[in-house]
Amino acid sequence: MAKRDRLSGNEAVAIALRQINPDVFPAFPITPSTEIPQYFASFAADGLVDTEFIPVESEHSSMSAAIGASAAGARSLTATSSCGLAYMWEELYIAASNRLPLALALVNRALSGPININCDHSDSMGARDAGWIQVYAENNQEAYDNMVQAYRISEHKDVRLPIMICQDGFITSHAVENIELLEDSDVKNFVGEYEPENYLLNPECPMAVGPYSVTDYYMEAKRNQAEGMKHVPQVVLDVAKEFQAISGREYGLFESYRMEDAKRAVVMIGSAAGTAKDAIDRLREQGEKVGLIKIRLFRPFPAEEIAEALKNVEAVAIMDRAEGYTNHGGPLGADVMAALFRAKSTAHAINIVYGLGGRDVRVEDMEKVFADLKQIIDDNDAGETYRYMGIRE
Amino acid sequence: MSNHTEIRWHGRGGQGAKTAALLLADVAFQTGKYVQGFPEYGPERMGAPITAYNRISDTVIRVHSNIYDPQYVVVVDESLLETVDVTSGLKEDGAILINTERPKEEIIPHLKGYKGKVYTIDAKKVSLASIGRYFPNTPLLAAIVKVAKIMDEETFLKEMRASFHHKFASKPEVIEGNMKALEMALKEVQ
Repeated sequence: MAKRDRLSGNEAVAIALRQINPDVFPAFPITPSTEIPQYFASFAADGLVDTEFIPVESEHSSMSAAIGASAAGARSLTATSSCGLAYMWEELYIAASNRLPLALALVNRALSGPININCDHSDSMGARDAGWIQVYAENNQEAYDNMVQAYRISEHKDVRLPIMICQDGFITSHAVENIELLEDSDVKNFVGEYEPENYLLNPECPMAVGPYSVTDYYMEAKRNQAEGMKHVPQVVLDVAKEFQAISGREYGLFESYRMEDAKRAVVMIGSAAGTAKDAIDRLREQGEKVGLIKIRLFRPFPAEEIAEALKNVEAVAIMDRAEGYTNHGGPLGADVMAALFRAKSTAHAINIVYGLGGRDVRVEDMEKVFADLKQIIDDNDAGETYRYMGIRE
Repeated sequence: MSNHTEIRWHGRGGQGAKTAALLLADVAFQTGKYVQGFPEYGPERMGAPITAYNRISDTVIRVHSNIYDPQYVVVVDESLLETVDVTSGLKEDGAILINTERPKEEIIPHLKGYKGKVYTIDAKKVSLASIGRYFPNTPLLAAIVKVAKIMDEETFLKEMRASFHHKFASKPEVIEGNMKALEMALKEVQ
């Protein structure tokens, strides 16, 4: 039986982790970290989990310790946010290249500077090429559900890659909202025991992890990572199907909202997608054919599927909550536009940077985006394809 | 949107406006509603103006923006009346609730011509008489539940007792004081 509750996104992910009961959880215990390790430390102190919780002196160390534990054969994770992710940058690549299936509970917040603690996606977007699977959430429910599914994806024998479970800082991490929690036993059965194939603490099979790789091997190692990534979308879908059986909640690589006959669409990530849905419902009541693609899996990027979902659209706005400083938009814009190009799409496409440093996104802001797309269709001209939303010029 | 209530809290860091918004979400959830309670963080320091928000609805809440046109506003610290536009967007068929020891007539001229209902409560008096220290958020929570008719008083008090037992599990001695603050506030708000 599911349990109805009201929790912040931080509490929700901490509860998922209690239910998962991982082996090792090193974390930096103060700002810029989040309440997730704080809640979890209470669970550990109260004996509700068997986890070795290790407070460490930095994020560089928390990720290093999580990597060491994972290499040794433990199910491990860490948690952080913003500058904390920046400080573990070097180790992100180590985790991925060693094919270690550990998890990172990330709360998306802006990177300094200027100094800012609020939501945007610049932290994880900067880490998008590190070789991690990235999964994003619209609300506390999705953050919880994604965490429950995380290890099933990352530990899959065809994948074996680390996974980042992302949610929006403050907007979902600190907002109390309704949620449905699964029974502890259901989560335990769903996640299962971790049985690593190769690990350092296996006396039957001595091995080295992370040795120097000369020119002769480095490229094959990177190619192997890419091979693991290729399997991720199918595994994500398979795990989602099993998850639906225990939760009743359906997940894909992305969510298509009212896209069936949409002529105008936005593509976006995170909490503002909920706000966009309200805007879409309002416009649909006026007969306007508008819809939304909300990204769940960003790395690897489901390019063909997204191009297919957008095939009947006449104009699309791709919304980035991070700058790319390419002079033509952000990272999601680049990926979606490349997908549209390969699919020989003729849709008008613009890229909008929005919500940086917690800049609020209102229903009216999203209605304006759809109005701008209408103008583009009427003019048959996309005009400026690199735009900012809600900016004082 | 038949039954959808939006509340905006104005307080200062350290006064518990965020906690009050989260407790309100908590208690409204107990009546089967969809809820949202969230703070808007500015500079992280004691005394800085902060805003917190509640949405309480019969239907699923998806919007994740701040609240610009609330039905109700709660002012936890009346000194904010001079520096923050507390009635901004406030609906005329709604109400504003202000923590003050002054009579209503003295407050109204500071509300920039707001035409809706004005309620006041002396949360300091209530808090000192019940808890023994000044925690304005507990009396204001009870007052806004009454003003906004979130639920009937009996259910509210019952749910809050359960909530305090959970929240103050490690210091049960403060529960009675907080309960008394709620009961007094329900009578004192005017």
